[in-house]
Amino acid sequence: MRTLTELAPEASQQAPSPRAETGSGAAGQSRIHESAVKHVTGRAAYIDDIPCPADTLHVALGLSPVAHGRLTRLDLEQVKAAPGVVDVITIVDVPGHTDIGPVFPGDPLFVDDEISYVGQVIFAVAAESYQAARKAVRLAEVEIDEQPASLDPVAAAERGEFVRPTHHHQSGDWEQALRDATYVLEGEQFVGGQEHFYLEGQACLVTPSEDEGVVIHTSNQHPSETQKLVAEVLDIPFHAVTAEMRRMGGGFGGKETQASPWACIAALIARRTHRAAKLRLPRAEDMRATGKRHPFHNRYRLGIDDQGVLVGGEITVIGDCGYSPDLSDAVVDRAMFHSDNAYSLGQARVTGHRAKTHTASNTAFRGFGGPQGVMIIEQVMDDIARHIGEDPLTVRKRNLYRPGRDVTHYGQRVEQLQLLHDLIGELEQSSDYWARRQAISDFNRESPIIKKGLALTPVKFGISFTVQHLNQAGALLHVYTDGSVQINHGGTEMGQGLHTKVCQVVARELGLDIERVRITATRTDKVPNTSPTAASSGADLNGQAAKDAASKLRERLFDFAAEHYRLDRDGMRLEGGALVAGQGEAERRLPWAELVQAAYLGRVSLSEKGFYATPLIHYDRNTGKGRPFYYYAHGAAVSEVEVDTLSGEYQVTRVDILHDVGDSLNPAIDIGQVEGAFIQGMGWMTSEELKWNDAGRLVSDGPATYKIPAFGDLPPVMNVKLLEGHPNSQASIYRSKAVGEPPFMLGISVWSALRDALASLADYRVAPQLDTPATPERVLMVAQALRDAQGAA
Amino acid sequence: MIDFYLNGQRQSGVEVPPDTSVLELLRTRLAKTGTKEGCASGDCGACTVTIGEPNADGELEYRTANACITPAHQLQGCHLVTVEGLARGDALHPAQAAMVECHASQCGFCTPGIVMSLFTLHETQRRTPAPLTQARLEQALGGNLCRCTGYRPIRDAALTMGDYPDTHPSWADDPGLAVDVGKQRQESPAELASQGHFSAPRDLAALRRLKAERPQARLVAGATDLWLETTQQLKALDDLVDVRRVAELNEIEATDDGWWIGAAVPLSRLEPLLEEAYPAFAHLLHRFASQQIRNRATLGGNIANASPIGDSPPVLLALEARLLLDGPDGERELPLGDFFLDYKKTALADNEFIRSIFLPRPTAEQNLKVWKLSKRREDDISAVLAAFAWRLEEGVMRDVRLAFGGMAAIPRRVPRTEAALEGQAPSLEAFAAAKAALDQELSPMSDVRGSAEYRKLAAANLLERLRLMIDTTHNDTKVTLDAYAH
Repeated sequence: MRTLTELAPEASQQAPSPRAETGSGAAGQSRIHESAVKHVTGRAAYIDDIPCPADTLHVALGLSPVAHGRLTRLDLEQVKAAPGVVDVITIVDVPGHTDIGPVFPGDPLFVDDEISYVGQVIFAVAAESYQAARKAVRLAEVEIDEQPASLDPVAAAERGEFVRPTHHHQSGDWEQALRDATYVLEGEQFVGGQEHFYLEGQACLVTPSEDEGVVIHTSNQHPSETQKLVAEVLDIPFHAVTAEMRRMGGGFGGKETQASPWACIAALIARRTHRAAKLRLPRAEDMRATGKRHPFHNRYRLGIDDQGVLVGGEITVIGDCGYSPDLSDAVVDRAMFHSDNAYSLGQARVTGHRAKTHTASNTAFRGFGGPQGVMIIEQVMDDIARHIGEDPLTVRKRNLYRPGRDVTHYGQRVEQLQLLHDLIGELEQSSDYWARRQAISDFNRESPIIKKGLALTPVKFGISFTVQHLNQAGALLHVYTDGSVQINHGGTEMGQGLHTKVCQVVARELGLDIERVRITATRTDKVPNTSPTAASSGADLNGQAAKDAASKLRERLFDFAAEHYRLDRDGMRLEGGALVAGQGEAERRLPWAELVQAAYLGRVSLSEKGFYATPLIHYDRNTGKGRPFYYYAHGAAVSEVEVDTLSGEYQVTRVDILHDVGDSLNPAIDIGQVEGAFIQGMGWMTSEELKWNDAGRLVSDGPATYKIPAFGDLPPVMNVKLLEGHPNSQASIYRSKAVGEPPFMLGISVWSALRDALASLADYRVAPQLDTPATPERVLMVAQALRDAQGAA
Repeated sequence: MIDFYLNGQRQSGVEVPPDTSVLELLRTRLAKTGTKEGCASGDCGACTVTIGEPNADGELEYRTANACITPAHQLQGCHLVTVEGLARGDALHPAQAAMVECHASQCGFCTPGIVMSLFTLHETQRRTPAPLTQARLEQALGGNLCRCTGYRPIRDAALTMGDYPDTHPSWADDPGLAVDVGKQRQESPAELASQGHFSAPRDLAALRRLKAERPQARLVAGATDLWLETTQQLKALDDLVDVRRVAELNEIEATDDGWWIGAAVPLSRLEPLLEEAYPAFAHLLHRFASQQIRNRATLGGNIANASPIGDSPPVLLALEARLLLDGPDGERELPLGDFFLDYKKTALADNEFIRSIFLPRPTAEQNLKVWKLSKRREDDISAVLAAFAWRLEEGVMRDVRLAFGGMAAIPRRVPRTEAALEGQAPSLEAFAAAKAALDQELSPMSDVRGSAEYRKLAAANLLERLRLMIDTTHNDTKVTLDAYAH
């Protein structure tokens, strides 16, 4: 027998209708992050904070100390005998699949025979404590027949050593375009990789369930894939595995595919020992064992007319994929798709190589290859400017997609053509670009040591997974009889505010105050077969799925109310916490909770699932043509730097950003994404340097040696605005746009500004090659080379 | 056995091994998981906690620390404040409320640490209000990495938290707390560990005795480097002597010629003295390490550590500092230049310890410039550190003392380069000779922080910067960026 909760008396009164949505927290408002209070009080739980069963085992990993070779002997007897050790496992202990490659094979869970990088997992130890497990690992006797490591992706590409086949985009006769061009420019660049440096490292807690399965708590952008891989490794059906994910302490792409191995290993231990198993990677091991943003070597040979407008040519990008495919096919594709950024290449061929090297398998990272592709064409813009003696901004504007030049090299027509012209125009004004340009030129003439630089770089970023089937999402909505609402969806919260936005969508659809809507942890047994939270798609896909669920439930409630209360079905709406029917004098309001209880008693389902699949998109790999993106998101940044050309030190003194999020779902969260992405992009361009030694060991393997931006790197002046008046031209969720990745590329303006400052040493007649990250060392070496060249001339 | 207070609550008789960190104690023993582990090496600040220690007036002074590399036993007689201890019921502390309203948390993992740094800043402001300049904010927050926000909303929270109603945690209203902590401290036993040793001598005589009895025991003060041996290399640290409570090692004694600085004086306590005497040195301190580290790291530790990239030794070498070494066999004085023998090798005997460092007073007309080159301005390790001291006498340079870090196996002076400038006008020719000498004198190596080539070029260029600074004809030429100027 079930009784209904008694409703508070005021709930059934006919309260005056609050018309304005202000303060309700519905979509479009700057609602605070759903976990903000929990964050600041320490009550937000991450994996390592979850109370563990008393018998929980702690897992530590034995990692390869060499980059390439064959495992010739592995003696784990002393490890097994070490204090507190309960279980030790290797490849032979895996009952099911031993290869956990997410898309293509190539990622053995443990080393079998061949060793492919420093940090590859050879064995795992489970012990009574974290310390005991870690100490036991060191007792292993490992013998490896070490072989030369391939660490140079360009050399690997020349030898044809690829993890996936080379792919091309081609539009028109690029060779003829080069012959027809007024000038042909050539250049190359090395673009460094990037460590994700999520503050919460890789972690999972796996408990055995009462049948043959496991329940996995994991810090993870793709719980469904982890569910699948764990089931395959254990050789059990998927339905025996549940993955749960409440929040990540940062992901940035690093927990899309690379959170799964740890869950697989912990699951093996849990099943073997019938005890819970926790695996969290110490920072240095996390940095060695997991892949990073792909370093790229890019080259171009492009023809321009006398105005500096591209007529065509070729671009080649070589992604350093590491030892296995992982997501590299799609990453290099995205680099190719973005090698035009905001500019028409004319008749061009773009070639993308996936070089295989003996490092960790490089993986998704905010932008997913896009930033590395954008880098080459932004270098081209600066190079053209120096060549024809015009300001780089003038050259960039001339090359923007425009009527008549509105189809990309992969055949997608650029919609909202005028948007970026308007956006740049507005930013040019608000940042006072031209007056500052003049002031900087004046300053640089008088200042021999300190040089200033200024650059505006735009971004046009394609939104959708380029793997078509991933563009789907599900949601599950429950309404309980007190009127409280619970929403669950396939997306994961990693700080980006996805859950807040989805709650806002539901609040808006149901006309409720957001306090009534609560979101629960992402779980594979609530919404199945989900896509990773990646490609900036979280709110686009899951917001639509939640909206679908909420609107279906709403329609059902309308049907019920029309019949039960004999109300006019037309014009019925949910707003201000009530169902409203009729207009003016005839208006009737029914408080939400009363409606819900009546529906329950009327035996109407108060639960609904939602689903969404992105329309319009397609891509043909055979022709390299299609419409891979539902729409583009845009933005632009102006960065000003000051460079000390004697020391290579520099400062970013001012940044102005204008960014396109369509009609924002939550302006505060979107601005947070724009700013955070910019600073992360700036870090990628400047201080974040990955260094490997000659033996292939990552030597920048902790925050002491790998420097992400710190508080003082925040530019003293930073003006960030969202573009207004440009709703998405596609029917995205409330005409908003994805925001996670696109603004990352705005950080490239810092690099371009550094090149601008350095170019002043040669009176802006030379476009210096400045590889990234542009550390003070690189900046100084370029400055010195320019000075030497000036001296020689 | 450790007795301390946690968020106002007495914790008695806590027993953990000597190499347990405050973070481990909190997370694995006391079920306080609000404080996070981001790196276990004191570099990210996610584990920032605030430690209150009684000052001379018996009041609790609160300072931040990285819990991951703070020995748990050093909590004895302290008040440890964590993120769980700030709100009063549902009423958030201003540092928390401002963070929420400024949208200053995204993933939230660094947030507890940032809240603790802000709380400590708020406490400082409450006691001694002062303008929140960019420099002060950088000092307060430079040791807290955030990967999500880009820091702007955190800056806004720092700037606005003072406008919120001053909601205290309930323990802050308890006037007896400081007394109780003080009493606990007073009654601390000399040996805190029940297995192994965590000895906490109170005076020099006791320290000497311990050094005689257990010469192999590791000395620990701030533990900011030592503790990495356990968190990163998994070494057992089970025989420790804590020098933080040794009275003589915590004094700063002014003499006519200078100051004897106790080896265990934390860097943050040195700041006022250095601001006054050597602003260039004080400026370096702010780039030396984060606030959390400066609150605990000591000059003695930085010297004894003998790292070629330690930041204070080149400055102290240029200033001709001296050391007072002590031990069971007595004390001896040594010029700092004679202390560093080779890579990580010093003149310190096994049973000796550094008692104090003599910092000479600046002489009239003496100039000091300290320039640190690193990838990141805050909380980074030097690729090159240059410390230049000189004075100008009738247009020529005198008492030229040039020292470098990161350029050799030890921090060292460059006598031939000094000689090239000594008695010379700051001319192009003199400096060309100095650069040539420097090129001969130093052969740095390539590592993760920079190539040998870069280090050589940068070191020579810092001499050029010095020339431009001294040469009065270049007075209107800006030779450093504002954020690096001092």
